[in-house]
Amino acid sequence: MKDKLISTLSFAGFGWCVPVIRLTTGEDPNEQIRQIFLTIGVPVLTFGLFLLLWNGAASGVRTNLGTVPGPAQVVEQIRSLAQEHREERQKRTEFYARQAEKNKAQLAANPTEAVKVRKFTGRPTYLDQIFTSLRTVFTGFLIASLIAVPLGILCGMSKTLMTALNPLIQIFKPVSPVAWLPIVTMIVSAVYVVPREWMPKSYVISSITVALCCMWPSLINTAIGVKSIDKDYINVGRVLRLGFFSRVFRIVLPVSMPYIFAGLRISLGVGWVVLIASEMLSQNPGLGKFVWDEFQNGSSQSLARIMVAAFTIGLVGFVLDRIMIMLHQLVSYGQETH
Amino acid sequence: MAFLELNGVGKGYGSGSKRVEVLRDIDLHVEEGEFVAVLGFSGTGKTTLISLIAGLIEPDAGEILLRGKKVDGPGPGRGVVFQNYSLLPWLTARQNIGLAVDHLFSDWDADKRAAHIDQHLKMVNLAAAGSKLPKELSGGMRQRVSVARTLAMNPDILLLDEPLGALDALTRGSLQGEIARIWAQDKKTVVLITNDPDEAIFLADRIFPLTPAVDGEGATLGPEFGVENLPRPRDKKRLNENADYKHLRNRITKYFMDVRHEQRKNIRHEEVLLPDLRPVVWETA
Repeated sequence: MKDKLISTLSFAGFGWCVPVIRLTTGEDPNEQIRQIFLTIGVPVLTFGLFLLLWNGAASGVRTNLGTVPGPAQVVEQIRSLAQEHREERQKRTEFYARQAEKNKAQLAANPTEAVKVRKFTGRPTYLDQIFTSLRTVFTGFLIASLIAVPLGILCGMSKTLMTALNPLIQIFKPVSPVAWLPIVTMIVSAVYVVPREWMPKSYVISSITVALCCMWPSLINTAIGVKSIDKDYINVGRVLRLGFFSRVFRIVLPVSMPYIFAGLRISLGVGWVVLIASEMLSQNPGLGKFVWDEFQNGSSQSLARIMVAAFTIGLVGFVLDRIMIMLHQLVSYGQETH
Repeated sequence: MAFLELNGVGKGYGSGSKRVEVLRDIDLHVEEGEFVAVLGFSGTGKTTLISLIAGLIEPDAGEILLRGKKVDGPGPGRGVVFQNYSLLPWLTARQNIGLAVDHLFSDWDADKRAAHIDQHLKMVNLAAAGSKLPKELSGGMRQRVSVARTLAMNPDILLLDEPLGALDALTRGSLQGEIARIWAQDKKTVVLITNDPDEAIFLADRIFPLTPAVDGEGATLGPEFGVENLPRPRDKKRLNENADYKHLRNRITKYFMDVRHEQRKNIRHEEVLLPDLRPVVWETA
């Protein structure tokens, strides 16, 4: 039971709390306390040191928006953002309650009247921005994966195709999202003329920009993974005379899964970094736009709020990476992953 | 006409100045139901030979005939057991065998296929390990699954490419016994590639040494050694005291020693010119 818990925790990236569990079960306390210090104590100390340094250095710099905020001001802004979120949600609940009541009264007076149900049009809260960003990055990531993985498999299986595509891949890989964005904006504006309500133009533009920037690692990794499949696995397929599709789905794809997921992990990381920049410029509601708006807004709280956003971006990126590592381990069939 | 015929088969890799000949003038005739071993040093083209027979690669010269028909690409009729098992790591032992059975015998109903898989798992004494993944099995067990998968394809001929090469000596010994037992059951035609003379003598009817390449000309098969006078079933322990066995073993060893010796003679030892240097002694006094 304990061993199972420990292996599950290590798998999920909570390896650092393993000594705590061992300690609670009274297993070799001295060693566990040493391990706790090493795995939890040391990182906590470094983080504390970082906060101290930040606090000390921040008050010395004066900007147009006042002194650079320290940890305390940032925490204050987290509270204030949370407060705004609660107030906005409260308003929404009240709005819908009022609307329902009004409609009910109208229907009571005149049962045949067509009542209107309007959507609440409050401004998006910080939490909404995070979710918008996540939705955009996953859309872009999905587009990228749907193109990169099949193309990568084909490239890995055919040397000719790889040689043919290689120049394009090498040229487009280093292009920054800031360069893609104007191009994508022009093309999307020309092609996607009447935007649907659930799919605004800025969302399409950001997603496509993310996709264009983050498909390369997946494509290259998939191709390398497929190319480096042990020849014997391929030979098994040849001896059985498997057709093209069963060869791909029964042998090639499963064998190269660890490589593919390693690539997808890098892609998602790149996508998340790129997303913030493209949201800033395309004005897609999300964390990037939040940072930009605060920067333009220029109130005394703005810098602290931008720092909250920076931490959020970092944390979300970290969580996304952890999830991808877990998926990677899941498909690695107990082989060494990293 | 023999069951399997290799006539003047040659194979090399690369082109131009980088061309390396691996095999040349291979003539090998195997009768139906015969167990033939090809014995050779590592790196002399043994795997190339088995890949040629399996149809995984094509010969540059000569022809390979199975039942008088030219071998054209790989197929389930020639079942290969690879040296490193090549079991698919995400499939259990059962599913690995199932991959072959379901694909090749798709016209059978599910019960018949399941029974066929069970029968072959049992044949290699792995009836209890069917639901295990390859990583949960030992090397010997993995190779037994691999043998079962190949046998389940009902091949006309079984090609064993150093099947026991990666195993420790004890596991090797017990698996040799198992291969002999399985072969005795239905007397399939077998070509075994090995680097172990004892393994070759223990299992085979005839042994062909693969003579290593001389002067980059490619390896070829040497004169055959018959093992017919060792009665089956052979017992490892008693074999060690058998005079015929000892004699045969000595002849094979001597053959390879002579080959080595012959090769060494051909390597010219060029004299290395050393620069005319002498230590300098500084007079400090």
